[in-house]
Amino acid sequence: MNVEQRRKERLDRGIKVRSDTIYALMSVRELAYLTLPRFVLIAGMLVLPLAMPGMYWQRVVSIVCIYAILALSFDFLAHFVGLVSLGGAFFIGVGGYITALLNTNFGMSPLLSVPIAAVAGGLICTLLLLPCLPLRGVYFAIVTLMYPLAMARIIEALDILGGTDGIMGVGSFPNRWVEQYLVIAMVLVFLFGIRRLVNQDIGLVFRAVKDNDQAVKASGISITLYKAVAVFIASGIGCLSGACLVHIYMWSGISLFALDFSILPIAATVIGGSGTLVGPVLGCFILVPISELLRAFGTLRIVFYSLILVGFVVFRSEGIMVYGQRKYHQIERWVKV
Amino acid sequence: MREEPILRVIDVTKAFGGILALNRLSFHVAEGDILGIIGPNGSGKTTVVNCITGFIRMSSGRVIFRGKDISGKAPHKIADMGLARTFQIMRPYYSLPAYKNLVIPLFSPRAKRTGGWRGGGKLGDRDTVGIDILEEIGFERDSYVPYKLASTLPTGYQKRLELARCLALKPDMIICDEIFSGLSMSEIASMVPLIERLQMDGITLIMIEHRLRELFRVANRVMVLNFGEKIAEGSPDEVMANEKVKEAYFGSEEVEEVMNHA
Amino acid sequence: MDILIYGVINSTALALMALGFALVYGTSRIPNFAHGALYVVTGFIVWSLLRGAGLNYLLSIIIAMVITGIIGALMYQFILIRVRGMAISEIIASYAIGIAILESLRWWGFKGMSNTLPVFWEGSITIGGVPVDFHRILVVVIGFAVVAFLWAFTHYTRLGLALRGMAQDERAALMLGIDSDVMALVAMAFGAMLAGLAAVLLLPLGNIVVEKGYSVLIQAIAVCIVGGLGSWMGAVLASFLIGFAQILATVYIGSQFQMVVALLAIILTLILRPSGLFGRQKELEERV
Repeated sequence: MNVEQRRKERLDRGIKVRSDTIYALMSVRELAYLTLPRFVLIAGMLVLPLAMPGMYWQRVVSIVCIYAILALSFDFLAHFVGLVSLGGAFFIGVGGYITALLNTNFGMSPLLSVPIAAVAGGLICTLLLLPCLPLRGVYFAIVTLMYPLAMARIIEALDILGGTDGIMGVGSFPNRWVEQYLVIAMVLVFLFGIRRLVNQDIGLVFRAVKDNDQAVKASGISITLYKAVAVFIASGIGCLSGACLVHIYMWSGISLFALDFSILPIAATVIGGSGTLVGPVLGCFILVPISELLRAFGTLRIVFYSLILVGFVVFRSEGIMVYGQRKYHQIERWVKV
Repeated sequence: MREEPILRVIDVTKAFGGILALNRLSFHVAEGDILGIIGPNGSGKTTVVNCITGFIRMSSGRVIFRGKDISGKAPHKIADMGLARTFQIMRPYYSLPAYKNLVIPLFSPRAKRTGGWRGGGKLGDRDTVGIDILEEIGFERDSYVPYKLASTLPTGYQKRLELARCLALKPDMIICDEIFSGLSMSEIASMVPLIERLQMDGITLIMIEHRLRELFRVANRVMVLNFGEKIAEGSPDEVMANEKVKEAYFGSEEVEEVMNHA
Repeated sequence: MDILIYGVINSTALALMALGFALVYGTSRIPNFAHGALYVVTGFIVWSLLRGAGLNYLLSIIIAMVITGIIGALMYQFILIRVRGMAISEIIASYAIGIAILESLRWWGFKGMSNTLPVFWEGSITIGGVPVDFHRILVVVIGFAVVAFLWAFTHYTRLGLALRGMAQDERAALMLGIDSDVMALVAMAFGAMLAGLAAVLLLPLGNIVVEKGYSVLIQAIAVCIVGGLGSWMGAVLASFLIGFAQILATVYIGSQFQMVVALLAIILTLILRPSGLFGRQKELEERV
């Protein structure tokens, strides 16, 4: 009896093979295949503030970018280094408070205090996370989860750093356009920068640490050191975005440590496609506007993100960009066995 | 006057809860030797490697490498001092091509100091040095093999990659944990000259093996473990004639074969 | 003297909070980050039944604990079972569920109203010159009783021995015919009920606030990490250590420092002795 069986076959698209390395210069079509997605992304993002109807939506774009940077930091740590950070809010809070303090106590201009907050915040966060770096990944997740929760309660209980009222009267950026294009530029720079980084030698070491840390140790490399470097990078950009956020809102308070900043980047990464770095950014573009629309529902939106998260984690869906990239580069068809 | 042995293991004991994996084990390795460690399953062979190279903390005892006490040091520090090891259950970095796998050891402080196996002087481009090392190991340079993803390589190549990973550190000593296991006869036959070349280059080797016949071709000294204790030590012939060793391997066909062909 | 008494009370409270988490983690190696949520949910259910439906207090407590146990079991059966074995996914999944529950309760308007549960027994007595109310004494007594019961349960009953077997070595337990999924389900249900028990005992001492969910989670994790993930003796000992440290901090510095103490305890443990006091996971130091 002849039973026909089929299997799914996946082949690289013709144009992908034709545009491999130097052959891309062969024709405009191949060049376009490679560069068009990036071009669309960059152009789209640069045009965005101009296209937005009114200040409210322009601010939403800025907020999207802040979350996007956090999501980049999460994806970088989780997919390329193997450290799952459940508390992005911690970076936002640390960066935000540092710049607020520098600005209100020392009168520093945001253009100076923001970079300082990024570097100092990165150092502080790395130091605080140092104890769990030599241990298994579970501990990193636990500790990052707890820090923002604990910090919020500590600030409230001890009534330091402004307590529940927060620090008011934080200066803002000199110019509305600077404010918007700064964060957009940061997203683009970090996106392409991290992409470049993970293919450099040091990026390979990060990926190796995720893959098989015993072998890395046996190769004479201290994994604690390189994990610390990765955490510094990730927390640095997180603190940077937190600092920008504070200058946008001109206020810094406990809500910087809110669950929003911890959960939304994870949900965005999961929806957008983990590991692609573009996916998390895309996920933020989807989720943040939705959350703005749902603002009337209060903390229900956090319930919404968590349910999305549970759904994706449990059903192990791949995410939009992973699907998109696959479709762009490969064709699938059924073939007879 | 014998010169100082490159590795001295002194009274090493390791207990896992109630189980004594190693019991006051002592031995040393002279520079340039190839020491084979054999013994039935569960005799503690891999535990010895893990204790020496710092992956497991010993319950008691000391390990001296090149005159320095390395007991309890972190594994990457021990590798940095020149003592490399392979893993019995190998896992190359699957998502990377074969030659990129070597970028990681070439990134280590030791490789930066020593120029990484035949890298000569300054390190240079790690990708190129990686390909060079692979060629030394037996990957054909002009083929696509070094560029294949590590997960797609056949076992023989993966074992060589594991060895290449050690060589990139320009080590003084390599401990090979069952490097012949899982290989076909012809693959082993092509590995043996490689091992001999390593010895000629001045690298001391400890080889933990089950394949006795192949091991005896390269090793000049053999140590037998059983239940975490050393029951015999000496040249391969001496060891195989030892009554206690025969008892430990009682009934094993391999021993009979070796004995009959000796 | 009052340090001693309040120390004991606080320590037992911590132990009660942590036992559910320790049970689930010890048996099935799943860190149940929804533990705090289950705690608050039980309180909420009791409150609804008591004040809303006007049921008898004891009946409300029993029903609430059963419901919480069922929630725990459902959580395992439909969600956690699919991510079993992948440590990070387990954490994300249980944390997300916990947040979903807590924030839903918060949205439902649970934060501002002063929702309280009545204490079991009004009145107080004086011990060594320190006035202690009956309810707190009851907490200590029941706390010790629960620990003793758990010890006896896991040493003398078939189900308990099966749980212990799984905690020690899952593969060996599987070979002996113990179904690891069923055991994990049982452990999760029990753990949830223990969270509920802690809630009904401790919530009357304050009011039911969603924030408590997060602090209970943090404190339970602190106790388990300090004591060693997977060791019950360690959890009990750790709850006394942290409990007394918190009371000392309250007396000498200020009552708001409880969270700081818990956090410091975790950090110190991870720096000095990552596997905790009695942790059986020595692999952390050995890392084979």
